[in-house]
Amino acid sequence: MSTMAVPPEPPHVLAVDDSIVDRAVISRLLRSSKYRVTTVDSGKRALEFLSLDSNVHMIITDYCMPEMSGYDLLKRVKETAELREIPVVIMSSENSTARIRMCLEEGAEDFLIKPVRPSDVSRLCSRLIAR
Amino acid sequence: MDYSNLRRQAASMKKSLFDQGYLDEQFCQVEDLQDEASPNFAEEVITLFFKDSARLISNIEQALEKYPKDFNKWDAYMQQLKGSCSSIGASRMKSECMSFREFCGQGNVEGCMKSFQKVKREHGVLRQKLEAYFQLLRQAGPAGAATRPGM
Repeated sequence: MSTMAVPPEPPHVLAVDDSIVDRAVISRLLRSSKYRVTTVDSGKRALEFLSLDSNVHMIITDYCMPEMSGYDLLKRVKETAELREIPVVIMSSENSTARIRMCLEEGAEDFLIKPVRPSDVSRLCSRLIAR
Repeated sequence: MDYSNLRRQAASMKKSLFDQGYLDEQFCQVEDLQDEASPNFAEEVITLFFKDSARLISNIEQALEKYPKDFNKWDAYMQQLKGSCSSIGASRMKSECMSFREFCGQGNVEGCMKSFQKVKREHGVLRQKLEAYFQLLRQAGPAGAATRPGM
């Protein structure tokens, strides 16, 4: 009796953005690249989700969010032993060199300028697969 | 019903929206995300946009009244709206949002007020035009969204 090959689980991405429109767009972009996607609307909810399910292959977060910025979320992830290996990608509509440098120095995997393009997601996908 | 004619009308309407600067390439990117699994994705996102942007505009309106000369607060709210505009390719609205933010940076109350009225106007006009566009697409049938305007 032959064993049925089980298709590999698609990578799971946690997308964090306070904008409902941006969550819809980034979610669709990621799903069209065959990711499994969970969306949340704040850094606080992202951390709550991660405390329940750390089986996340990538976090993609908006930079500018009320209460907890994407940068703050990045720092919290990198400070947490169980989460620090998860790559974190920052998205921002502001193309600020200082902001980009700050995030990359804090350990961000990449920094994308909004609106995010399908080519940006493809590039992330290739890097995730290579890991 | 002449579906091909309706599709041509929809394509022409879209081209016109681009030519007049209401929309930019990002709108095409949003439409390109449609597939068999999500055939109405663009209309769904645009509907979300107008719901959310109405809320953001209301927030800004209240902030202009309740927090006089609080340019940081006004700017923060408008940044949210500008971001949404950018995400769906609402080019003229985005430009007006940017004008408002510039006036905030200058501490120019009158400029902010006038600019905000323009933001609201552009919002209303865009809503009408996109509602008409998607209505035409619905009438044209499933192949209606496939065209990219010649730019």
